[in-house]
This record gives sequence, C-alpha cells and structure tokens, in this order.
Amino acid sequence: MDLLERRNWMGLLARANPERLGDLLGDLPEHSFARAPEIGTVMVQGRTGGTGAPFNIGEITVTRCTLRLASGTIGHSCVQGRNKTHATCAAIVDALMQDTPARFMERILTPLANDASQSASLRHAKAEATKVEFFTLVRGED
Amino acid sequence: MYVAVKGGERAIRNAHAWLAEERRGDPDIPELTIPQIRAQMALAVNRVMAEGSLHDPDLAALAIKQARGDLIEAIFLIRAYRTTLPRFGTSTPVDTADMAVSRRISATFKDAPGGQILGPTFDYTHRLLDFSLMANGDPPAAPKASADPQPVPHILSFLDTDGLIEPAPHSDATPRDLTREPLELPADRALRLQALTRADEGFLLGLAYSTQRGYGRNHAFVGELRIGTVCVEMEIPELGFAVDIGEIELTECETVNQFTGSKTEPAQFTRGYGLTFGQTERKAISMALVDRALRWRELGEDDQGAPAQDEEFVLSHCDNIQATGFLEHIKLPHYVDFQAELELIRRLRAAASEDAE
Repeated sequence: MDLLERRNWMGLLARANPERLGDLLGDLPEHSFARAPEIGTVMVQGRTGGTGAPFNIGEITVTRCTLRLASGTIGHSCVQGRNKTHATCAAIVDALMQDTPARFMERILTPLANDASQSASLRHAKAEATKVEFFTLVRGED
Repeated sequence: MYVAVKGGERAIRNAHAWLAEERRGDPDIPELTIPQIRAQMALAVNRVMAEGSLHDPDLAALAIKQARGDLIEAIFLIRAYRTTLPRFGTSTPVDTADMAVSRRISATFKDAPGGQILGPTFDYTHRLLDFSLMANGDPPAAPKASADPQPVPHILSFLDTDGLIEPAPHSDATPRDLTREPLELPADRALRLQALTRADEGFLLGLAYSTQRGYGRNHAFVGELRIGTVCVEMEIPELGFAVDIGEIELTECETVNQFTGSKTEPAQFTRGYGLTFGQTERKAISMALVDRALRWRELGEDDQGAPAQDEEFVLSHCDNIQATGFLEHIKLPHYVDFQAELELIRRLRAAASEDAE
C-alpha cells in the first residue's frame, strides 16, 4: 500500500488506535476548525451473495472533522467511533502529510502501518494454527 | 375516552432509584467496567450491535450494563440512541471476499482453497462447565503458526464458475432502507436481508429450524461460513474519492440449496445468504436459511403455507423492539378500556338473568 497516496494515509489514520495516534502526534500544531468534530453514522452496505445487489446491514458510528493549519492547508477526517480527539488528530495529520509528507510519514504513518501489520499477522498466525489438516486413515478393505 | 390520571411521579422516581441500586448490586463486589463487558462479554456485545443495527462496541457494552444484562432492553437503548445521530452517508458495499478471516469453514468442500480455519469456536468443546473459570487465572496463550497469508476466495465462486449454482450478479441498484421508510410489502430481497440481519436471533433461529424440520424445507448445506474483519469505505464528497473510515467484524454464511431448473434450463443449486455484524454465526446461518425459504416465489417453488415462506409473517414479526414494544405496553394502565369491558359483561349478565326469569 502506497502511504504517500492520500486515500491510503487517510484510511490508515481512520483505522488507527486513537491513543497511539495521539502519542505519535504529540502536541497538536495550531489549527482552526472549518467543521468542528461531529458525531454521526454511516450506513454500511453488503452485497447479496457477496457479489450481488447491495443491501443495508446497519450503521456504524463515525466522527468527522475539517480543519485548517496555520499554513492554510486543509485536513479532513472521517473515523469510526465517537472519539473527537481521534478525528482531530487524523485531520491534523492529513493536513501535515500534504505539507511535508516525508517528515510525518516516518514519524507517524510508518509506525501506524507497522502496528496494523503486526496485529494482522498475529491474528493470521492464530487462525493458521486452527487450520485443519485432514488425513485419511488407511482402511483394511482392499 | 382518554382520562389523564396523575399521581405516579413519586412512585416512578423511587422505582428508578431502586432500579439503579439493584443494577449496581452488592457494593462490596467491584463494579463492572465498560471495557470489561466489551472484552469479556463480546458475543453479547455483538448481538446487541447486530440487532440494534449500530456497530459501536462501547455503546453496546454500555447498553448491556445499563440494561442489567437484558439484551433486548439493551438493543432498545441502542436503537433509541441511533435515532439521535445524523447520518453522514452510505458506505460502498463491503467486500467480504477480501475479509481478514479468523474463521472460515465449509461443510461442502473438505479441500477448499485457503483451507478450513476453525478460529475461536465453541464447536468441538464438550459443553462441560469449566470450573477453572470460577478461579482467577490467565489462560495459556493461543498457539501460533507461521504461514504467508493466502487468499481465501468465496467457496461458492467455484460452483459458480462451473455454472452449477445460480449466479449472484453484480448490481449497483440503491437498496430501499427500512430505517428511512416504513416496510412495504411485497419487499424485494435487499429489503428482506436488511430486516433479517437486524431481526431477533431467537425468532430467526426458530424459523430456520422449522425449515429444516419440513415447514418450507429447502435442504441447506453451509457452503461457507466466514468470520473476520473488512474495511468500511465511504466516498467523501469534499475529496471526490473513497477512503476507509474503519474496520468491522462480520459473519457471513452462504448456503447451497436444492435445485431449480426445467426442461430447457439445466438444474442449478440455489443460494441463501446471511451477513451480520460481529461474531454472530448462529444468527448468520439462520438468516441464510430464512432468506432462502422466502425466495420460493422467485424460484418457482410451491407455497407450502409454511411460516418461514410467509414474507408478511416473517418481516412483520422478526423485529424484537417492535414486538416487545407492543407486547409490553399491555402491562401499562388500560383502566378505561377495561372499565368499558366490565360494563359490557355486567350488562350481558344482567340481560341473561332477566331472560331466565
């Protein structure tokens, strides 16, 4: 996944653990809200039979926010859950990444991506350990 | 006639105070925290999210605590809270083929590509009470095995390639939404699936079981059952592209059922589909069976008059919040209605005794 692409870094920020994101960001740079963090829902859709026509499964809670840094750059976020600090931090990093990607890539996004891949491989390893290895008993009939 | 009666305020206030005290229970026992409920009562949390139709584990855990473990009451709290929130939009349909699976089994193909992954299941446990859970102690760590992630394609797609099963053709039709417009019958399949995924698990289980016992039999095999996380993606209007806004756990069940076909069309397996929030596999399997039973008309099957085939019956009674609302309201004061009944029965009896004289 190319984290220098905006949709990818925004996705990573939305899926990040809020406390971890806050720790990595540290003190928040000066910013003003164009749209203060707001809690709402998004209706999640699935597809009939996995591939067919869409249908509504249910909603998830989300928090979204839009802000402007002192540089004038605008950052957006829409993150799962009801954590306004998470939405604020995600929008700030979205703006910072537009200004100086290399710096914040290393400081924030790479550690978040490492966290995500670690927890994915942990789950995969546990799942893999429960994979069935069938063997057939030799029967004495022939 | 409606007569306002006052005078219950003090009793109600005191009843609620006592409820709060009972909810807390013995103050010498430590109070449950929301993270404890979320982590250790996870399947209850999942059920409340699925039937509350709102995925938010913290809120579901809070609702369970507030409802003293009464899950239908907790679901009611979640449904009520949901109505207070603005809706920002709709996700693009989740891609369950791309699920990071923690469980994935098939009852139809032993050697499915990607393998049979049991995951954290109650299956194959002996259902004996584990008294070690009454003592404190950490369980041993779950074993890990290393292997590169393999793709886990939908198992039914293999039957689909051979034309042995009815296809589930791609479409981008906008589905009707039960939470935005009242249920109108006949419902299309998308609307039925929405109603079923938020339906009461017990009601769906009973109906699904009835189809297995012959009331609208459709002979289902679990072609695939998978549990895992998928990304939720939404188009952001300000940006003009779609981004991931989060990740949720889902359970998906696809059944393979008996055939359609005719002299001109070769026989094909048919499908039932279940997709639910969280790890809720009993619900997802039930949903797939009932979905399939409700498709009798579309598949040219006979109406056997079975409850699970009756769309109006199923969809009008599967919502436990509607059901409990109407059911429980009869315990509230109906003094005037009953007074009318009393008058009537007295008149009938008086008339009968006059006739007898």
